[in-house]
Amino acid sequence: MTRHAGAAIDASRKLRFTFDGRAYEGVAGDTLASALLANGVRIVGRSFKYHRPRGLWGAWVDKPNAIMEVSLKGSELPNCLATTTTLEDGMEARAVNAWPNARRDIKGGLDLFSRFLTAGFYYKTFIWPDWHLFEPSIRKMAGLGSVSLEHLDDYITDQSHDQCDLLVIGGGPAGLAAARESAEAGRDVVLVDDQELIGGSAYQAPDIEEQYPEDWVTSQRAAIETAGGRILSRTTAYGVYDHQLVALIETRAFGQTPRLTRMRARHALLATGAIDRPVTLPGNDTPGVMSLTAAREYFHRYGVLAGGCAALISNQTDAQTALAPLQAAGLEIQALDPADPDLKIAGARQTTGVTLRDRHIPADLVLTSAGRTPMVHLWRHAGGKLTWSDPLQAFLPDNQLGWMQAIGAANGTFDTDTTLAEARARATGATPPADQPEPIQPLWPRPGAKGRQWIDFQHDVTLKDVELAARENYASVEHLKRYTTLGMASDQGKTSNMAGLAAMATLQGKEIPQVGTTTFRPPFVPVPLAAWAGQHQRQLYHPVKRLALEPQHRDAQAALCEYGGWLRPGWYGAGEADTRIAHEARTARATAGLLDGSPLGKIEVMGPDATAFVNFMFYNTMATLKPGQIRYGFLLTEGGIVYDDGVVSCLGENHFLISCSSSHVDGVRGMLETWRQDGNDPDQIFVHDLTMHWATLTVTGPQARDIVETLGLEADLSSDALPHMRFATSTWNETPMRIARVSFSGDLSFELSLRSSMAPALWDHLMGETKKIGGTLLGIEAMSVLRAEKGYIMVGKDTDGETMPHDLGFTIPRAKKTAPFVGDRSLHTETANDPHRKQLVGLTVPDGAPPLATGAHVVSDAPRRSLGYVTSSYLSPNLDRPVALGLVENGAARLGEEVTIWHDETLSKATITAPCAFDPEGDRLHA
Amino acid sequence: MQRFPCPFCGLRDEREFHFVGELGKTRPDTSGPVSDEDWAHYLHMHRNEKGCVREVWMHTTCAELFAMERDSVTMEVLGTTQLRKDAS
Repeated sequence: MTRHAGAAIDASRKLRFTFDGRAYEGVAGDTLASALLANGVRIVGRSFKYHRPRGLWGAWVDKPNAIMEVSLKGSELPNCLATTTTLEDGMEARAVNAWPNARRDIKGGLDLFSRFLTAGFYYKTFIWPDWHLFEPSIRKMAGLGSVSLEHLDDYITDQSHDQCDLLVIGGGPAGLAAARESAEAGRDVVLVDDQELIGGSAYQAPDIEEQYPEDWVTSQRAAIETAGGRILSRTTAYGVYDHQLVALIETRAFGQTPRLTRMRARHALLATGAIDRPVTLPGNDTPGVMSLTAAREYFHRYGVLAGGCAALISNQTDAQTALAPLQAAGLEIQALDPADPDLKIAGARQTTGVTLRDRHIPADLVLTSAGRTPMVHLWRHAGGKLTWSDPLQAFLPDNQLGWMQAIGAANGTFDTDTTLAEARARATGATPPADQPEPIQPLWPRPGAKGRQWIDFQHDVTLKDVELAARENYASVEHLKRYTTLGMASDQGKTSNMAGLAAMATLQGKEIPQVGTTTFRPPFVPVPLAAWAGQHQRQLYHPVKRLALEPQHRDAQAALCEYGGWLRPGWYGAGEADTRIAHEARTARATAGLLDGSPLGKIEVMGPDATAFVNFMFYNTMATLKPGQIRYGFLLTEGGIVYDDGVVSCLGENHFLISCSSSHVDGVRGMLETWRQDGNDPDQIFVHDLTMHWATLTVTGPQARDIVETLGLEADLSSDALPHMRFATSTWNETPMRIARVSFSGDLSFELSLRSSMAPALWDHLMGETKKIGGTLLGIEAMSVLRAEKGYIMVGKDTDGETMPHDLGFTIPRAKKTAPFVGDRSLHTETANDPHRKQLVGLTVPDGAPPLATGAHVVSDAPRRSLGYVTSSYLSPNLDRPVALGLVENGAARLGEEVTIWHDETLSKATITAPCAFDPEGDRLHA
Repeated sequence: MQRFPCPFCGLRDEREFHFVGELGKTRPDTSGPVSDEDWAHYLHMHRNEKGCVREVWMHTTCAELFAMERDSVTMEVLGTTQLRKDAS
C-alpha cells in the first residue's frame, strides 16, 4: 500500500513485524496500529466478554480494543496498546484475549450466548452453591495478556524528583503556544507530551498562523528551548496527587523500562485536548467504524488513509471541512443525518456500509463522532470541579482551582485561533477573552432502540445492559459502573463513560449534569507496576542494617539472615542448620558461647529530669535504681500493652542506659522523644541513641568469667563485686568499656560494649579464648533456644497486641507503683482485670512426642474453641525434650493441667507448666 | 504525596514524618483516680475534624516534634510551629 506523507513517519525506512503470525511491513514512525491499518488489517483484537472482532476506533490512548502481547529481542510485554506502541523492526505482536488469533477466535461463539450474558450475569449465576467452585475456570477465561513468568532482573525503573514553575501538560497548539509565551516571559517551564512527535492535533490543520503545521511546531519548539524551557516527549502526566504533585511516566524503546518523575509544579496548564465520542447505534462496534479524529490522525501523522469510501455520521459542524484533505487524497465521503433513528452499521467482520431503512449505503469505513469530550481526568485528580456546557454537550473544568487551568480543547475551546489566544493569555496570568462556542446538536444513546448498540467497547457493555441496570435500580453512575463494568476496562471508560451516563440520564428523565460522572482516578493510562516500585525492591526495598563485625562473621562461615532489620548470624559453620544450632546451644551451656549482640538498643537518657522521666516511661520502678544497678522492665503503650522489654542500667545520677530490643530501637527512641518533647520540659532531659556507636559482645556460659578475665580488665569480675544485674565500667586497650552482668541465656553472662571501631580486636581476642576452652560462636537461633529453655520472652513473638505485663507474671508495679507511668490507667480497666486473659505459660509434651508447632492452638474440648496458642517451640538440646511457650487463657492458674492442642486438623496433648524449663532456681545465672 | 515544612529542617517529603496526635490533648493526672470515661476519652476520642485541624507531628529524621495546622479536606498546610516555647 502506498503511503501518503505523514508528519511522524519516514516512509523510506521500512520496518518488518508480524501480527498473529503473519508478516507485515511498516515504516519508521509508525505505531503498531498505523502499520496494521496501512496493511489493510481491520480486525486488531477481540472484545473482553463476547470475543467480538474489533477494529481501530482511535489513533492514540482512546482505543479500547487493540491490546497486544508484543515481543522483541527477548523482551515480552503483555497488554501493549497497539495505538501507542511505537513500531520497531522485528516486533512480534499477538492480539490478547483471542485464540488462535484475532481473525479467527474460537471463543467468538460466546457472542451467540450474549443474551444470557447480560450485566450482572456473574452475580446472579454463580452464587449457588459457591462462587469459589466457578472462580478458577472464570479466571482462566478472563483477563488480557499473560505475564511472562520469567523474572526480569534488569527491569528496574529509574525514578526522579523534579520541580518547575509551570508545567504545561500536552504539546498540541495550546500547550506549545502557552509554553513558549511563558518561557519567553522568563518562567521555568516544562512541557510534557505523550507522543514522540510533539504537536498534538496540529498536523490535522492545513496551517497554523500562516505556517505549515510541521514548521509551526518546529518553531515553537525551538523558541521554548531557546528561552530555557524543557520539553519532555513520550511522557504522560498520568496522575495529580496531593500538594501539586504531578506524576510523569516516560516510555522508551520497547523493552526498556519506563522512567517515572515526580514533578512538583507551582502552576500547571492542562492542554490535554479532547477525544471523539462514539455514536451509539446498532453495529457500532463493527471493524471499520472509526472516530473522525482518528481518521485524520492516521492520515496526517502516519500517511494512512483508513479506507476508500466512507460514510460520515457526526454532529460536528465542521466535520466535512476537516475531512477535506482526506477527500483530496481519494477518500469518498457520504455524510448522513446523524439524528436519523434508523441508521444501522452493516457487516460482521468488516463493515459493508450503513443501512437506512431499505437503503444500503456501501462503505468500507464509517466515520463517527457524537461530539468531543475534553480530557479532564487530571483536572479531576487535582480536585477541580466540572461545569456542564450545553452548547458543547460536554463537562468542562470550571477553572476555579487556582494553580491549574485548562486551555484549548481540554477547556472546550476547539477553534485554533481562539485556542492560541486563550493559551497565551493563561500563560501570562491574563484572562482570555470569552469564547462563544458554536453549539452542536445533542447526539446521545436512545434507550429502547432496537439492536445491539455498544457503549463500552472493551468490556462489551451495551445500551441494553444500561437499561437493565436502571431497571434493577443500579441507577447511580457509580453503581452502574460496578454492575455493568462500564468504564472499568483498561481504557477506564475514555470512550464509554459519557454515552453510559447520558443513557442513564435519559432513562431516569434527568439532565446529564444531574447524574454526574464517575470518579476519575489515576493513572490516566496503564502504568507498569515496576515504575512505581523503582529501586524499592529486593535488598533496597528495606535495606538491612549491617554489623561492624560482618567480615568476621563471614570468615567464621556465619549463615547471615535478617533479624529485626539487622543482618545477623543465624548460626555458624557449614552443615545442617538444626545440627549446628543444637551444637551451639549445647556447647554454650557446657563451656561458653560468644555472641555478637551489637544491635541491642543503647539509648542514653540524661539530664536533671532523667530519673523521673525514665520512671515515667517504664512500667517497673526505675527511680530507685542506684548507679551500677540494672533492672529489667517493660515499656507500655498508653493502652497498657507491652511495647518492648529491656534492661535499664543506671550509669550515674540522672544518667541511664536503656537496652531495648534490637528490632525496636527506632520505635523506642520515637516514643522517648515524643514524651520528652510533649509532656515534659525538653530542656531538662536529653535522649541519645548510641546503638550504632557501641558494639556489644556477649560471653555466656559457665566458663564465661574465665574468658573475660583474659582481657586483663581492672574491673573486678567476681560475683561479689559484680553480681547478676550489675554494671561496671573499665578500659580495654585504652578504650572505655562497659560491662553488664545481664543474661538472656540464663547462664553466667557478660555483655561487653565498646566503640564499634574496636569491635574486631575484641572479637578476635574473645573468639580465640572461647575456642581455647572448647566454647562456641553463638548465632541468634541457638540464643533463641537458650532463652526459651529459660522461659524468657521475645516481645512480639511471645506477646501479642493484647498482652499486658501482668499477663507475663510481672504484677507488682501494677499493684504497687504509685508514680504515674505510661499506660498505668489502662492496667485497671475491666478488660485488664478480666480473669480470662491470656497469660504466659510453658507447655510440655508427653515423652517421645515431637515439638509442638508454633502457632498451634490450645483448645477446649466442648465446645471446641481456642484458649490460646503456642508462641515459641523448640527441641531443647540441653533438656533433650521439646520446650514451648504459649499464651493461654487464665494459664497461670492452670499449672499441671493437661490441655488439648489443635494443629493442622490433628489433636495432641500437652501439659501447662511454668515458663521456665531450665535451671528454675537460677543457680547458673547467679554464678 | 504531601510535603510538610519542619520548623527546623524546612520543606520535606511526607515520608519523613510521623503523626503523633491531635494538639491540645492533656493526659489525665494518673497520680490520683481517673474514671474509665475520662481515660477512654483521652485514649480513644479524637475530634477528627473536617477542615482546619491542629496536630502534633514528628519529623523522624531530626526527631523534633512540632505543631501543624492543616486543612483535612484540601490537604493544604496552613502552618507549622515548634512545640517548645521560645528561649525568651
